Amino acid sequence: MKKILGIFTLLMVVCLFTAINNPRFLTPYNFLNTVRWTSLFGILGIGVCFVIITGGIDLSIGSVIGLVGSALAVLLTQKHWSIPSAILAVLVLSAAIGLFHGLLITRLQLQPFVVTLCGLLLYRGLARYITDDQSLGFGADYEGLRLLVVGKVPIPFSSTISLPAPFFVTAAIALIAAIFLNKTIYGRYLQALGRNELAAKYSGINTDRMKMLAYLTCSVLAGIAGILFALDLNSIQPSGLGEFYELYAIAAAVLGGCSLRGGEGSILGVLIGTALLRVLYNAINILNIPTHMEFAIIGAVILAGVITDELVKRFAAKRRAAQAAAAS
Amino acid sequence: MPHTSPLLQVRGVFKSFPGVKALRNVSLTLGHGEVLAVIGENGAGKSTLMKILGGVQQPDEGEILLDDKPVRIGSVREAASHGIALIHQELNLSDNLDIGANLFLGREPSRFGWINQARIRSDAQTLLNEVGLRHSPSTVVSTLAIGHQQMVEIAKSLSLEARVLIMDEPTSSLSQKETDQLFQLVRKLRDRGVSIVYISHRLGEVKELADRVVVLRDGSNAGELGRSEITREGMVRLMVGRDLSQVYPRTTHSPGPTLLQVQNLRTTAHPRSRVHFAVKEREIVGIAGLVGAGRTEVLRALFGIDPCLEGTITMRGRGLENHTPADAIQAGMALAPEDRKQLGLILEMSVLENLSLASLRRDQHRGFLNRRAETDVCLQTLKQLQVKTPSVDQVVQFLSGGNQQKIVLGKWLAMKPKLILLDEPTRGIDVGAKQEIYRLMEQLASEGLAVLFVSSEMEEIIGMSDRVLVMHEGRITGELTRSNLSEEAIMRLATGEVAA
Repeated sequence: MKKILGIFTLLMVVCLFTAINNPRFLTPYNFLNTVRWTSLFGILGIGVCFVIITGGIDLSIGSVIGLVGSALAVLLTQKHWSIPSAILAVLVLSAAIGLFHGLLITRLQLQPFVVTLCGLLLYRGLARYITDDQSLGFGADYEGLRLLVVGKVPIPFSSTISLPAPFFVTAAIALIAAIFLNKTIYGRYLQALGRNELAAKYSGINTDRMKMLAYLTCSVLAGIAGILFALDLNSIQPSGLGEFYELYAIAAAVLGGCSLRGGEGSILGVLIGTALLRVLYNAINILNIPTHMEFAIIGAVILAGVITDELVKRFAAKRRAAQAAAAS
Repeated sequence: MPHTSPLLQVRGVFKSFPGVKALRNVSLTLGHGEVLAVIGENGAGKSTLMKILGGVQQPDEGEILLDDKPVRIGSVREAASHGIALIHQELNLSDNLDIGANLFLGREPSRFGWINQARIRSDAQTLLNEVGLRHSPSTVVSTLAIGHQQMVEIAKSLSLEARVLIMDEPTSSLSQKETDQLFQLVRKLRDRGVSIVYISHRLGEVKELADRVVVLRDGSNAGELGRSEITREGMVRLMVGRDLSQVYPRTTHSPGPTLLQVQNLRTTAHPRSRVHFAVKEREIVGIAGLVGAGRTEVLRALFGIDPCLEGTITMRGRGLENHTPADAIQAGMALAPEDRKQLGLILEMSVLENLSLASLRRDQHRGFLNRRAETDVCLQTLKQLQVKTPSVDQVVQFLSGGNQQKIVLGKWLAMKPKLILLDEPTRGIDVGAKQEIYRLMEQLASEGLAVLFVSSEMEEIIGMSDRVLVMHEGRITGELTRSNLSEEAIMRLATGEVAA
């Protein structure tokens, strides 16, 4: 909880700084746009959080987005599938990818880093192959479906503000994920195996099945996000769609308190971490900071956040020790 | 006697850690060429004292004299320069390197950064001969048995010309044979004038090896015993501050019907050996044998951790095939593994979360956690086993070894098992906690459970078992009942001298 408070404070500080320097930051348009992007990227963060809790990693998220987006465009615009069957097909595809990762990691005992790094290359290549490396547009035929991303839902009793549709999609996913992690025995199993897989196994937990579930969840959420990102742009570019998004997801998860050693992670933290990244991106744009500085600034802020967290932790441990010594 | 004054003197040492006064006014002396045993229950301050001598920690107060001159031991390096070497419980070797490289790590004979391999090899060979280890210096350390790795570590301290060798529980993971070898070496070193400080939980060994015993209790000196005064009872009395009339609370059981039947079992560790045995209800069966005899592997195969290559396992008449730990639990088994910290517990999780880990599945509400059942189970177990913990939310790694072991057992008691498999149930826990574990085993057997336990401690095997299975190289070489149970009989079977 303290960790979340810390990252929330950092988020507020960045917001405040940006708002003071450019009041445009607080306009409803800008604010809701940031909420919308936070929601889309938040889905990825939630997915990778599952994998990180098990002590693993998924580097293939961006390529899964690229492949799912490309496949959706091909199925709808070239093969003329119906919307439900095309959506179902790409979700099954992403689920198959997650299961494939899980099987390689649990049955063949391959390292998650290696498996998903190969996935990163493989799915990007496939995306470019099935589209002949050509951009594809959805045209004007799918405006109904696009409402999922570009739609706005008015808030009751308020005439001016309406929330972007992805906010509700992500809120629903986050709620389910948080309940799963905190209220079900399987969430406990995931946390236990992330901290000590052998001890979990010796307690009768089917650790392989839980790990497969984590990779499956991560890839399916990447798939859902892939559909939304593709619809948002209303066209896909197979070589670029989703590129580097796995790094945003992992960065958000780490900022939000996930430990890459496994066993720790909270959905709320991941969402706040995602929000921080998006606000930074937004700040760079509206404060007229050259956009090629984006990566440098985001990298520096994440590093500062992680360093502060570590220092606070050490300070707290020292103070606890001093108190304990004084009490004895 | 050429030396009249002691080699090393510790005077009035105090040391505090946050919340704990680890040492209070502790003193001891160490003569030339003496084996001094330092004993005490867990938390008595032995390890802290040794760390201070080894330069790992600094005392808050008090002084250390070497040859009657006060010295400051500010680091491990300074300790080494004074001729003090500390051999840790966990060995400090780089096991991916060979013996020679380890012996001269950080001080390789070299020219312009180019290591002189020939010299390492010949110097290492000399050292290995000295400790009596018959391995080539180019043997990679990870391929050596633990006992031999320890000898490498001793050879290393000899090459540093150590005058004081501090050994912290050196035999805790050695077989009897390796222990004997170690003792020979210790005696040889003593006769050469090296002084040895020996820390051990095993009172039998202390009695065999020590010239003098210093007992610590709660961070203070509790007493000292000279060579002729060293008896088990005397040591226990000083350690716990009271008489322990009976260490092993065994009563005779009348075994019930057969609970577990194992036939033709082949494990992956010893694929060419087959194991047959049975365990009855209300029976405590011990499995003895040397380290590596395949005892742990049998338990792991029974519990479904490792696959069985062949064979049938029957619990209460029902066969278990290709089973997982979950199936084994379903069939009524429980396993408290050998390595508490790596396999038995999730150290960063709370007492509550550890205790409920096995029973979550049974107590679930359609997949959701049942917080009330979880808390009830936890409180009941804590009470039943008298676990000392400040709260159910305490993180397990901060509990003592004995209390940790109770959590490992408690996790299973809540599942009401029929058969409890225990692998080295009292390793690294103090005398008082050991007795509680023994009492618990006894109580479970009298309640109708069967207990199958593996132990490397002879006294424990003999003291607790109704029946003993002895293993050697993957096979059961014999079965001993209480009437023909003796240390000699076990050792003969364990070393494969005879097959009964």
